[in-house]
Amino acid sequence: MKGYNFAYLDEQTKRMIRRALLKAVAIPGHQVPFGSREMPLPYGWGTGGIQVTAAVLGEADVLKVIDQGADDTTNAVSIRRFFGRTAGVATTTHTTEATVIQTRHRIPEVALREDQIIVYQVPQPEPLSKLEPSRAETRRMHGLAEYGAMHVKLYEDITRFGHVAISYDYPVMVNGRYLMAPSPIPAFDNPKMHMMPALQLFGAGREQRIYAVPPWTAVRSLDFEDHPFRTTRAPHACGLCGAADSYLDEVVTDDRGGRLFVCSDTDFCEGRRAAGHLGSEAGAETGTDMAAE
Amino acid sequence: MSIDLPGFADPVSGAQTCFRAVLDAMARPGSLHAAGQGLTPPAPLDPATAAVLLTLVDADTTLATDAACAPARDWLVFHCGAPLAADPAAAAFVLATALPDLATLRAGTDEGPEEAATLVLQVAALGRGAALRLAGPGLRTPATLRVEGLPEGFASAWARNHALFPRGVDIILCAGDQLAALPRSVAITEEAS
Repeated sequence: MKGYNFAYLDEQTKRMIRRALLKAVAIPGHQVPFGSREMPLPYGWGTGGIQVTAAVLGEADVLKVIDQGADDTTNAVSIRRFFGRTAGVATTTHTTEATVIQTRHRIPEVALREDQIIVYQVPQPEPLSKLEPSRAETRRMHGLAEYGAMHVKLYEDITRFGHVAISYDYPVMVNGRYLMAPSPIPAFDNPKMHMMPALQLFGAGREQRIYAVPPWTAVRSLDFEDHPFRTTRAPHACGLCGAADSYLDEVVTDDRGGRLFVCSDTDFCEGRRAAGHLGSEAGAETGTDMAAE
Repeated sequence: MSIDLPGFADPVSGAQTCFRAVLDAMARPGSLHAAGQGLTPPAPLDPATAAVLLTLVDADTTLATDAACAPARDWLVFHCGAPLAADPAAAAFVLATALPDLATLRAGTDEGPEEAATLVLQVAALGRGAALRLAGPGLRTPATLRVEGLPEGFASAWARNHALFPRGVDIILCAGDQLAALPRSVAITEEAS
């Protein structure tokens, strides 16, 4: 890590991000603007999450990075190595061992604890962006808690499709006040945000926004009394570990329509297999080398 | 004068450790955290108070201090480089040893509530004294914070601040080498002791 400050960012930048984080925690769900820096990777690859992690991380932390639930994809491997190199912190793939978890688009299956912090990489922090393109206008809508447009969108979905047709980035109300984009996690993960014991921090690098949900805070997915929020998952058990309650990825295995459904959370899946749970495809060796980095 | 007293022995890890204490305190209102151990700040600053300022205040933030903290101003300016504001209403950070009128501090706007001031309030002691009952985000069940050195009627002054939500002042309470935080989102009632 010669030539870099601890965790890459300079101290003044960290202070600026830290001040934004504290205000974000004090106003759950409110997007706080911050002076996002250029990072040594492109926007869209987790620059917001990385800056938040860099401002939070200390020498004693153990970092886990996941990308769509997996510890072994390019984005996760690169970011883990980045902090291993620039901060010298210990890294892990095990959810239970981590003190800071940076995530792209998933919440681990294992329930998080009070002594953990989860950092979300956020491409679009503004939940109203598809309904109202003007930043100035959405800022005003948040200021006035004027979220009727989002309810109309959900209502229109129900009239056209019979259900709310949002499968990821499903909008939530935080602490009954702010409409918030949960980052593009699957709607399946939304209930995990509600009253989560861990602190949840969100960083959007390109859009220059930071927001947060403190522990034990109400996070309600928007719905209607007669159309309550429901989670969906592929109606299969994991082919490798047999889990029937985890979020699944669909993997195309050949050019004859072969499909394999596996846990998106690779650490969860490996843990179950190590404990002796085996799915119907477990002998096929697909993915058994996933743990190797 | 006081500027020959040192700041953090290791500015990078010192600031990071203190920030995590403040972040945790803000995320779990009323919880007590250690901060500033080993610091030797000028009077009247306690180690925790000094650590919080060294961690969060810099040339980008205006700082106002009450008269009692005036002897520490040179040290703060030297180590933090913060421009001093004569008027607390214009400051991003307000340092005080006695509770100022919260209504006079920056509360932010409905569209920019993050522009509200952070009050770093040094009190006589944390963990003993009058009991405050806290409820709100960050707390699974209501928590109790004991503070010595808050004036009578703090709960009603806080209630007016809390009612401004999402606007309002956030307080970081410091005493000795301990700190706790009261984000604007928390509701406070005074407990009969």
